[in-house]
Amino acid sequence: MLIVSTKHIDVAAECIPTHQLLNVAGERVPDRELDHYVAKLTESDLADFLRDMVVLRRLDNEATALQRQGELGLWAPLLGQEAAQIGSVRATRDSDFIFPSYREHGVAWARGVKAEDLLSVWRGAQSSGWNPNEVNIACQQIVIGAQTLHAAGYGMGIKFDGTDDVAITYFGDGATSQGDVSEAMVFAASYQAPVLFFCQNNQWAISEPVALQSRTQIADRAQGFGLKTWRVDGNDILAVYAATQAALAHCRNGLGPTFIEAVTYRMGSHTTADDPTRYRKPDELEQWKAKDPIDRLVKYLHVIGADVQSYEQRAQNAADELAAQLRAAITAMPDPAVDELFDNVYSEAHEPSVRAREGYLGYLAEFEGEGH
Amino acid sequence: MATTMLKALNQSLRDALTEDEKVVLLGEDIGTLGGVFRVTDGLKKEFGEHRVVDTPLAESGIVGTAIGLAYRGYRPVVEIQFDGFTYPAFDQLVSQLAKLHYRSRGRVKMPVTVRIPYGGGIGSPEHHSESPEAYFAHTAGLRVFAPSSVQDAYTMLRQAIASDDPVIYFEPKRRYHEKAEVELATPENDSSPKAKVLRAGDDVTVVGYGPTTYTLMDAAQAAEDEGVSLEVIDLRSLDPLDIDTVAESVKRTGKLVVVHEASRTSGLGAEICAQITETCFDYLEHAPLRVTGFDVPYPPSRLESHHLPDLDRVMHAVDTVMRHHEATEGAAK
Ligand SMILES: Cc1ncc(C[n+]2csc(CCOP(=O)(O)OP(=O)(O)O)c2C)c(N)n1
Ligand SMILES: [Mg+2]
Repeated sequence: MLIVSTKHIDVAAECIPTHQLLNVAGERVPDRELDHYVAKLTESDLADFLRDMVVLRRLDNEATALQRQGELGLWAPLLGQEAAQIGSVRATRDSDFIFPSYREHGVAWARGVKAEDLLSVWRGAQSSGWNPNEVNIACQQIVIGAQTLHAAGYGMGIKFDGTDDVAITYFGDGATSQGDVSEAMVFAASYQAPVLFFCQNNQWAISEPVALQSRTQIADRAQGFGLKTWRVDGNDILAVYAATQAALAHCRNGLGPTFIEAVTYRMGSHTTADDPTRYRKPDELEQWKAKDPIDRLVKYLHVIGADVQSYEQRAQNAADELAAQLRAAITAMPDPAVDELFDNVYSEAHEPSVRAREGYLGYLAEFEGEGH
Repeated sequence: MATTMLKALNQSLRDALTEDEKVVLLGEDIGTLGGVFRVTDGLKKEFGEHRVVDTPLAESGIVGTAIGLAYRGYRPVVEIQFDGFTYPAFDQLVSQLAKLHYRSRGRVKMPVTVRIPYGGGIGSPEHHSESPEAYFAHTAGLRVFAPSSVQDAYTMLRQAIASDDPVIYFEPKRRYHEKAEVELATPENDSSPKAKVLRAGDDVTVVGYGPTTYTLMDAAQAAEDEGVSLEVIDLRSLDPLDIDTVAESVKRTGKLVVVHEASRTSGLGAEICAQITETCFDYLEHAPLRVTGFDVPYPPSRLESHHLPDLDRVMHAVDTVMRHHEATEGAAK
């Protein structure tokens, strides 16, 4: 019987190259195709990237701590994926609509979602932490890959309307195995819809290595669907930002859907319920620590002679402030009222729902009468 | 030796793998990790990666390839990671797995077991607490098992795997850590398990399955303290339904309460109440009642205690059928 080997797989010679603008030492590497997308970035923009990533990492750590203390039911850490998320979302504009998975905390937060609203879902207080129409981000998706089709449909709508917005969908390496993701690429390509498929290849789908999902680079597979595709070092915020700009420009110009494979690493557990020591070796984590996205940008700021210490201090202060405010908000968050159980199942009158609600509230009232 | 339901399931799979080399396990994270609940812990190491297969992340793919393996003479046992992730495989389950025996006029057997950890009460995010059993009980061609005890978790899984029909096997995940003595007996035959009277009683028949049977046993104790005697029945198999065992009981008690976590409308409770009304109409002293989850999407976990049938809601239904009984008895005297 043929068995999928999970060892490293040699990929075909003519596979898509991996763009990198900052090497591991934090030195700027020229890239003829992508250079001009970062040419206008100022030192202050870079400092903002740093602040975003530092605050996001802190948000993530604080959420993990809150879960350990019983304030959240579960948390899916994004540790290590800060550059992939911040670099991409900062390249979008507010009218672009985003369809994320459950791990894109950074994307939602950067778009203005309050950290406590984000965490309320993981606390079990509500099923979605924001109003999609206010922040142009769909409800976070837990069913792997389902959101990619929604993005394809949204992109078809943009195309029919004739505007130059883009639908962006985020998903993982594991998600690429789902039929929905293939179908989404088929639809987007068929209608040449302005959709950016942004895959964070963090090397793992819970305990399964990416080689179990794909025998070729994921980017190569996307190209086979007819999508204009880039593969980038996902821990290099400049490369992610530049490639996202390039992909969005391609979509806005009516040239059809695009795909970015951001090669990154899930440095934490899959969720707080997971124990990665059961399936991956510690030296792998050590290797990726050397490629840490925040360290990389800090090194680059040193290279260009910026006042790194003051930028780091500013970022740290912002992180402290967010963490304190988040903790206070979460620990004070009330449980939802019983009524909410029955709210919003339908948007129009639905008699059986009304009866069920009245029945249950009446039943609870009986107990109150009994002094329960 | 007392063991947990998780370990009993693990042993059941181990024994099936040992006895029949055509048994293969398929699922996400079931190999190296041993499954997110550890039901398959250690099995890949013991039997090799061609018997315990970590699959790509695609449920339609898992069930579809299990069907292909069955065509090839294998006896696949599939794990769906959580109840809510069954739906991407719905077409393969309902249009393919369920219908191939009929379509082929009995020439193609589909001895596929689909294990689904199901139900709520563990404080999980959306899609991790569903009770989708009615969809499958509604689909002709599938057997549907729902063990509740540690012993049944072992034995009924052996039965499911031995069955030449496809079996959807619902594991009550919030009871995974229950402990009991387990006898590792091989099941006598491959037919479906019969309903089981967990506790005999005379006043009201209460019927449940899977995770709710524990609540029903608590209710029986609480009722006894109030002088009311409940007969508790664990259905075990949801398709076929062993309605005879329930009917025999209702003919003695005259009162029926059916309990499940799944939503109410068109759920298993509706079917049981209908069949009992059809077969026991003359014996009924009160309309059969249902205590179920509400007709809402599974709520955020901080509301789930309202959604799940608990001791109070079961007792309320018992009181309702008893009060009516007492009132009419009183009037007759
Ligand atoms: C349809 C479906 N099947 C299974 C799961 C359980 N599950 C949650 S996350 C996950 C792995 C996802 O891996 P990947 O797409 O690489 O994203 P990552 O978690 O690495 O961000 C699995 C199997 C799910 N949520 N949805
Ligand atoms: Mg992944």
